[in-house]
Amino acid sequence: MTILFKKYQAWLWVAAFLLVTAASFAIGFDPGKTVFTNFRVSLIEMISFVPFIFIVVGLFDVWLPKEQVQKHIGHESGVKGIALVVLLAMLQAGPLYGAFPVAYVLWKKGISVRNLFIYLGAFSSMKIPMLGIEIGYLGIQFTLVRTLITLPLFIGIGFIMERYLKGKHFEVYEVAPAKEPKKQPPGGIKQPAS
Amino acid sequence: MSNNAIIFISVALILSALSFAMDRQKTIAGFKRGWQMFSRMLLPFLNILIIVSVVLYLISPDDIQHYLGAGSGLLGFAIAAVVGSITLIPAFISYPIAAGLLQQGASYAVVGTFMTTLMMVGVVTLPLEIKYLGRQAAVIRNVLNFFAAIAIGLLIGVIL
Repeated sequence: MTILFKKYQAWLWVAAFLLVTAASFAIGFDPGKTVFTNFRVSLIEMISFVPFIFIVVGLFDVWLPKEQVQKHIGHESGVKGIALVVLLAMLQAGPLYGAFPVAYVLWKKGISVRNLFIYLGAFSSMKIPMLGIEIGYLGIQFTLVRTLITLPLFIGIGFIMERYLKGKHFEVYEVAPAKEPKKQPPGGIKQPAS
Repeated sequence: MSNNAIIFISVALILSALSFAMDRQKTIAGFKRGWQMFSRMLLPFLNILIIVSVVLYLISPDDIQHYLGAGSGLLGFAIAAVVGSITLIPAFISYPIAAGLLQQGASYAVVGTFMTTLMMVGVVTLPLEIKYLGRQAAVIRNVLNFFAAIAIGLLIGVIL
């Protein structure tokens, strides 16, 4: 029962909304109707293009696997290294905190401090799936202008961070995933380190 | 808006056809990947659309114009920068909000600042970032990004 509840808990909000909407139409509660109209317009807007972006993103993912790009980011500095980390970041998806574990992996593979922060910058503001949706909602002009202004700035931040952290024993640490209590064997027996 | 939809649908169809001609298996795998990612964001997306619909009903266009509009000056800027830095809204679902703000009369500079701080500065996730990068680097990164975001917002306002 609780498991069932947990599984559908996320949908409760949607269900409650639909319920209130249905009630609003039944009793003629105008604010409820207006809110639903707002919702319907934005839902149609979303459905009309967002799924297609994900088709493109999915195809990108299979034809251009991350590992392929990752292999070529060694210690190269210069424009090529910058271009590669930006490209690598652009092919990702998800929020910025999802980039930190990847940053750790890249750090272990020998990425430079500058490229690491350029990666974080590109990850935060230039991911392709995000750009697609941004174009859909805010237009190609806004997206293009924002991207072209942002790119040199986060590259600049990469250079600043490199200078600032020089000789300061900068390190990217490994952080264990937050919740893994289920994987602990019962009785407090410690698993051998893998 | 509908023009954008037509462009996206055409691009998706053309790329799918190309991909299918080159490798059937890979194309199907790609569709599955895409569906996976889409289904993962669908629920948060629906929820935010509901919230936006409710908020748009509660907050009048006049209010938004007053606090974030062209005449809001420094205050609108400050609100956008602070709210964007603190809140943790996935970029995906912040776009409908940004588009709504623009429609209601917010200026490009303010919306640009909001979007950019949202993306590049993370006050809520700072503790996590400190664990990975160390206190010094994480704090400096966020401070630099905060000022960069304001500069970006201003420049967007000047250009658009």
